[in-house]
This record gives sequence, structure tokens and C-alpha cells, in this order.
Amino acid sequence: MPLSKANLNVGDQHSEQVVDNLSRTQIIQYAGASGDYNPLHTDEIFTTQVAGYPTVFAHGMLSMGLTGKMLTNYVGDGRLTKYGVRFVAQVWPGDTLTATATIDDIREEDGVSLVDLSVSTVNQDGAEVVKGTATARIDD
Amino acid sequence: MATDHFPIEAGHIMLFARSIGDTNPIYHDASAAADTEPGHVIPPPTFVQASAQFTDGYVLRPVVGEPWFGSGKEPTGVKRESSGGGGGTGFHAEQHYEYHAPIQPGDVLKAVDKPGKSWEREGRRGGTLKFSESITEYYNQDDVLVVTARSVGVQTSRVVE
Repeated sequence: MPLSKANLNVGDQHSEQVVDNLSRTQIIQYAGASGDYNPLHTDEIFTTQVAGYPTVFAHGMLSMGLTGKMLTNYVGDGRLTKYGVRFVAQVWPGDTLTATATIDDIREEDGVSLVDLSVSTVNQDGAEVVKGTATARIDD
Repeated sequence: MATDHFPIEAGHIMLFARSIGDTNPIYHDASAAADTEPGHVIPPPTFVQASAQFTDGYVLRPVVGEPWFGSGKEPTGVKRESSGGGGGTGFHAEQHYEYHAPIQPGDVLKAVDKPGKSWEREGRRGGTLKFSESITEYYNQDDVLVVTARSVGVQTSRVVE
């Protein structure tokens, strides 16, 4: 259900756990669907022996996609007008991520009601991995 | 990621939605999607990134008959030029989208790349960081701008700790 202006307040929050115990298989699914086959995400031998990382890690875009699931569940289908993030820290296999949207502003632009959100996703240790903003159309 | 032909396909949207763990029926069930506000299947908000599948020469997709830098018999199939032993890596630093018009299965998008800015700064974890921005505009078959994407990449001078 789309959000309604009458029911929203600056500071309101919506949180969802967007992945529990991220599997290497899900990272491989994302590689296959997105077309980003960088071995850093799926190839343990390359990643540990050549690139020098402790293990493979998720695509930043997988973290953004997982975070976007929370956003679309909150604002409704086809309601986003903007969504942008910075990839703050790596996401590793086994991580559990919780994504939160916070209402920063409720406004009108060219006769359209909009909500501005700040977005933050943290791992099981509370460390932020994705930080961003989004804007969505809302009902009056 | 420029391409002249990025066909929006229902199966591809379904696979992409599965890969981000999103079970929303609007991504895989046309009859359920017909009852939603958009009225049809739509892709998740980060889907246009999958235009990489349709970009000629995309460097992160293996090419038949050419060496691949991931592991096979050896840990890597390509001996890289030394960059001073730094162990640096290219990363995706930021991604931003603006959504202008709906996308649905059957659309055929065209992605046009535009140059962005580049800059450098010292990082705490990865040495000198070189940032570069690229802007991609996605147009549908009617030449309507549907999505603008702005991507920022970063090249680190050593392994990020």
C-alpha cells in the first residue's frame, strides 16, 4: 500500500531484516542475474590467493538491492523517484543485514506529494554497510 | 554501461528479484501485478544494473576463447601487470538512480553513457583513492528517458583492510 501523507511524520522509521546469514550461493545468484561476474564475489581461490582478501564478499549492488527491498515494501510499488547509496563497508558471507528508512521531509513539488528518506543498512554487529537517501511519491 | 539493446524480459526480472531475496509478486506474477497500482510487472529499483548482460565487451563477463582473471587451473588466468605490488582493487563506491517513467517486460531500453567527474583523496583503509563518476541514461523504445543512473567507482592503491 502506498504511503499516505496524513499518516506520516518526520522522524518516522521503517526497518526490515533484508537478509539473514547471507550465503555464497545468493551472491552467485546475484552475479548470474546482474551480469557482474567479478571473481571477487564468487571465486574463493582468486579472492584469497590473488586479490588478498579473507574471503569473497557481496557486490555493493547486492547490498543496494537488498536495501531497496525494504524501501519498496515501505513506499509501495513503482513509487520511488530517487534512490542513491554509498557503499560504506563490505558485506561478507554470513552477514545478517537490517535496513532502515527514516523520514527526513514530507513536501510537495509541482503538485506531487513526496517523502524524502534517509536510508541506512547495518550488519549483525551494528556496523553500517550502506548509507543513502531516497524519495518517493505519496498519497495526500 | 552503454548498450543499444537491453530487452526487458519477465524471466530476467524474476531471476533478479530472486537474487535480492525479494518475493514481491509484482516481480514474477503477471496476474497479481495486474491488480497493483502500476498494473503490470515492474523490475526492482536496481534492475537496470543488469544491462551489463547486454553491454558488449563488459570486462566483468568472461569471453569465450579469451583468458579470464578468475581461477581455473591457476588462481588467476591472467597475470596482471605489476602496479607496484600494492594489491589495489577497483570498487563500486556509490550508485544513484532517478526514476522518470515506468519500465515493463517487452520494453527495449537503450543505455547511453555520459562522462562524469573524477577526483582523488587519501583514504583511511585503502591508501590513495581515485574516484571516477559515470552517468548512464536509459531510454525506452519510444525514446522516453526512464532512468538516470550515476555510478561512482573507486580505485584503491592497496587492499582495503
